[in-house]
Amino acid sequence: MAAHDLSAVRLEVEGGGRYPGPLPAGCDAHGLACQRILPPIAADGRDGGAAPADGTRAGDAVPAPATSSAGAGGARDWVATIWQDGAFRRDTWVRAKEGEPLPDTPVILSKRRWLAERAAFTGHTAPLGLHLDAGERLDDLAADLARFSLIALAFPKFSDGRAFSSARLLRDKYAYAGELRAVGNVLSDLIPFMRRVGFESFEVTHGPTRRALIEGRISEVTLHYQPAGSPEARCAARRPWLARSGS
Amino acid sequence: MYRYDEFDREFVRQRVAQFRDQVGRRLSGELTEEEFKPLRLMNGVYLQLHAYMLRIAIPYGTLNSRQMRKLAHIARTYDRGTGHFTTRQNLQFNWPKLSDIPDILKELAEVEMHAIQTSGNCIRNVTADHFAGATAEEVADPRPYAEIIRQWSSLHPEFSFLPRKFKVAVTAASRDRAAIRVHDIGLQLKHLANGGLGFAVYVGGGQGRTPVIAKLIRDELPEADLLSYLEAVLRIYNLFGRRDNKFKARIKILVHELGATAFSVQVEEEWQRIRDSALKLPEDEIRRIRAYFAPPAFEHRPSKAWLGPSERGFERWVARNTHPHKQSGYAIVTVSLKPVGGVPGDASAEQMEAIADLARRYSFDEVRVSHEQNLVLPHVRVEDLRSVYCELQAAGLAEANVGLVTDIIACPGLDYCALANARSIPIAQRISARLAARQDAIGDLKIKISGCINACGHHHVGHIGILGVEKRGEEHYQLLLGGSGAEDAALATITGPGFGPDGIVDAVAKVVDTYLSLRTSANETFLAAFGRLGPAPFKEVLYGGT
Repeated sequence: MAAHDLSAVRLEVEGGGRYPGPLPAGCDAHGLACQRILPPIAADGRDGGAAPADGTRAGDAVPAPATSSAGAGGARDWVATIWQDGAFRRDTWVRAKEGEPLPDTPVILSKRRWLAERAAFTGHTAPLGLHLDAGERLDDLAADLARFSLIALAFPKFSDGRAFSSARLLRDKYAYAGELRAVGNVLSDLIPFMRRVGFESFEVTHGPTRRALIEGRISEVTLHYQPAGSPEARCAARRPWLARSGS
Repeated sequence: MYRYDEFDREFVRQRVAQFRDQVGRRLSGELTEEEFKPLRLMNGVYLQLHAYMLRIAIPYGTLNSRQMRKLAHIARTYDRGTGHFTTRQNLQFNWPKLSDIPDILKELAEVEMHAIQTSGNCIRNVTADHFAGATAEEVADPRPYAEIIRQWSSLHPEFSFLPRKFKVAVTAASRDRAAIRVHDIGLQLKHLANGGLGFAVYVGGGQGRTPVIAKLIRDELPEADLLSYLEAVLRIYNLFGRRDNKFKARIKILVHELGATAFSVQVEEEWQRIRDSALKLPEDEIRRIRAYFAPPAFEHRPSKAWLGPSERGFERWVARNTHPHKQSGYAIVTVSLKPVGGVPGDASAEQMEAIADLARRYSFDEVRVSHEQNLVLPHVRVEDLRSVYCELQAAGLAEANVGLVTDIIACPGLDYCALANARSIPIAQRISARLAARQDAIGDLKIKISGCINACGHHHVGHIGILGVEKRGEEHYQLLLGGSGAEDAALATITGPGFGPDGIVDAVAKVVDTYLSLRTSANETFLAAFGRLGPAPFKEVLYGGT
């Protein structure tokens, strides 16, 4: 890949290595806009990474900006947190606010709210998403899953691997075909595993992981001994499951 | 034995490159120790009391001479000339430099070895009967299944962040040398009622602070369904195993809290859903893997051979350290790594090379590692026993004590381990020295010593178990009696108040004296006598009448 000036990217991680949570409205996002300096980098190392024209997905890849001027409004717009199809993209989804009516834009509900109010959402036309905490069961949602364009599974900490199994159940058992998103503690060394069990998009706020993704520097083992739910290229005729992924 | 093909080689090569990158990021300061920890653990690298420790997988305990020579080379080049064989058929180096570890892994890859999943909350190195493929007691060689599980579990994306570590052991013999009932999953290969091969599946065994004997949850699992069933067990465990408390996170707690029946119902439901999925083991694949473990080209030899002039040392060694082979004219030789007064499980680079040489010349190039921290030459011609014995003697490896009171299992303890509360090795050494002169008279008696409650030294299943604890800043040892890790699996019970480092050695001697004075004959083993007598007479000599 091209030798971009990465100093601006480092700015972003030096301030604690992690984005602050939801930014207060009007925050100038100083230092957070910096990833805009880099054009999105495709997973295969090519520049570009044009976004798919699919309205239900995360927004277009963030265009390279002219400057990272302070004082720009709408901090949320500046922070492209979703890694998908080889580029960071703005998140077009918002989490539903407790006790407030749903907006007319793509909105993610908690399981609790969905179960409590699902009848009221029948006529809602904007895409719905579902957020599941690690360990939240799926069996009482089986009939509803097709209603969601996106399901976000939480990884509360590095060592908590429950969402890997939830993802497999969603794909294999419940034939969920919408977008599966990993949120929470999404780190570079986990992403290859997440992809294999069916995740397609990743909310990444961890500075070093963002940098590794942007620089195409995720070190992974691309050969696999076992089926894991996602389609992969078989690579040994005589052996039943061997597969290869990625680059 | 299994040989890598291009895919296996490339897989391990990529894994080494990945770890080299991770070590580089750590050494440059990009990764903090906290961030690096889960990464190094997935490659068997621990940060111990004095140094990093590297644990190398020896899948199901099988090695060839080239691999053993490589381990010797690594011991000499990157360590202080010694390796330590563990109770899980692995090898540990206690003094590698972190910056050298990628090179060590690269050297290992050259001989088709690795350190993948020797630590971390994932499916660990799969262990098996160390007499597999050599003993007449088995229905078939269990190692092909262990290899199939090894491959399936390698960097499994769903099961690399389990609530806690997960250990699988496989045996195919009526005598259980793999301790399957103190594993998270124990598999007993057997003939099924319909005539095919399959498994009895035991789940939820383990040691540590909550020792549990595994429960049988499926009596007849067809071999074709092995992986789908394991996947179902692991998925239920991954989803529902406790994560709120590290000490309650093993599958044994989930099985206990749900009850074995309710647990097996959940597994069964998931398994029925996936049993005819992609994981069905093709007959061809079983046959293909089994071919790697085809018996060597045994010669037809007389079952009795003249072993040279009578000599007591050699005869003792033959009586203690050899076992019957399935092939007439051959014997299984156990090489004791328990010299009287020595460090259990340690082998020097020179000794590893001597054993590699013996394996090449006398045992079809095979060595095994036993979970009792000894090595095995599985296929030795009876007529070669004398030569093997003499060469072992020259290497300081001819201790004739297998199964005796000096054949002690001990964890590294406070001499090395960051988790330990007390030293294990010096206690083992002193007990060994104290009882060595009488060991033949004492007969079969397994002593197992752990330096902390994690029980790496298997004290719960020792005929005599010793648990090191810390009491008011001092090393203190609890004494347990009556355990077994074999087919008669049982948990040892604590005798009473513990002892100091001197007192524990005396206490073991008293227990042994009591056994000798109370046994009905020399044929009544310690475990049999304890079963008959119960703990009372032993407690009496230890603590006085109550």
